Amino acid sequence: MAITSAPRVRSDALPLRTFKAQGRPSAIYGVGAYAPESKLSNFDLEKMFDTSDQWITERTGIRTRHIAEAGTRTLDLAREAGSRALAAAGITAQDLDTIIVGTSTPDGPFPSIACRLQDEWDAPGAYAYDLLAACTSFVYGLANADAAIASGRAENVLVIGAEVLSRNLDYTQRGTGTAVIFGDGAGAAVVRPAAGSAGFKAWCLGGDGRGYEQVTCGNVPLGAYAAKDANPIINMKGPEVFKFAVDIFLRQAYEVCQTAGISLDEIDLFVPHQANFRIIDAAARRIGLPMEKVAHNIDEYGNTSSASIPLALEEAIRAGRVKTGDKVLLAGFGAGLTWGATLLEWA
Amino acid sequence: MSDKLDFSELQRLAAELLGVDPDDVQRNKSFAKDLAADSLDLVELINAVEDKYDVELPEERLDGMKNIGDLWAFLEEEHSRKQEV
Repeated sequence: MAITSAPRVRSDALPLRTFKAQGRPSAIYGVGAYAPESKLSNFDLEKMFDTSDQWITERTGIRTRHIAEAGTRTLDLAREAGSRALAAAGITAQDLDTIIVGTSTPDGPFPSIACRLQDEWDAPGAYAYDLLAACTSFVYGLANADAAIASGRAENVLVIGAEVLSRNLDYTQRGTGTAVIFGDGAGAAVVRPAAGSAGFKAWCLGGDGRGYEQVTCGNVPLGAYAAKDANPIINMKGPEVFKFAVDIFLRQAYEVCQTAGISLDEIDLFVPHQANFRIIDAAARRIGLPMEKVAHNIDEYGNTSSASIPLALEEAIRAGRVKTGDKVLLAGFGAGLTWGATLLEWA
Repeated sequence: MSDKLDFSELQRLAAELLGVDPDDVQRNKSFAKDLAADSLDLVELINAVEDKYDVELPEERLDGMKNIGDLWAFLEEEHSRKQEV
């Protein structure tokens, strides 16, 4: 039974901002995903440094992660997932007027992956940019897509989350434990004006930069570029992030549902950012959602940052778990700190 | 709030979350060593305790939480503070 009253809010809790969708409504009309074929299992990791399958599984729920071959570009993953989403939506790259790529692992500082995609697809013209909100990037991207359509600036928006995180992991004992968590992958969605009652209903979007040290990549506080850190490695303060994540999942879920005018019981599918199965499990328990209503595939992919929500969503669609009219909750959180959630009615 | 705290209530709550027998949840039991609770289990337990008892465990006290007795002492302090108010 999902909670019916407002969750307890600590006196030092982060302030949440929620918005009811306004203007012309938009919805997701096609989802695609792609992950490199090569898998790295817990047993493979046992051979690389002192860890065990049991330790990793108990603490994270992760059994394998997909890892890109050396030299693979984030662009390559983004193109595959993007092409699949376009095909699912029945449109072509030439139809796009906005391309948003969420990534924390661009292939270089610039040009953007979004612009490189225009070259790969020979599809000039669209308003194209990359967006960095770490694991929240995909939800931020959807929010920007919804706003662009609401204001009449776009008709066909492609939102992609793509990551080659393995470049920023250290598969030795020095690896700060993050090597067991992260994997590579990409996911994408086509957002278009909504028909009927379908579409995004409410948003919760925010950030708290005071928590920037909780998840980092490379030199702190200079940043990898400023420090000329050629091999930045992801570092994470596990228990702090866990605490933040469980709290933000529950409060975002409650707030977006309130704003959308539905109860938490009415959620048909919850697609959380796949950070750690323990976080997903604890969040679902606190919200009161049975696991049948939760999409999770972290056991196979690990944490793929901005790609995790579309990877899990695409799998749920393929499994026939999402049908027209369903109330779907997408929610993420990540480095920054950042967070974002949306409640939408499936088209 | 009732005027007396019930230790068996905390035993049941901790036992359920940590997957142990309620009788094993005693004041001298260490979270890490005796109850096999890792840092994430502890966060979950604190969350549940805060919800149930409507209290807030300050960040600076979290480091000092080594066993069930520490948690119980905190709850008793909070309880008597509330009684005074």
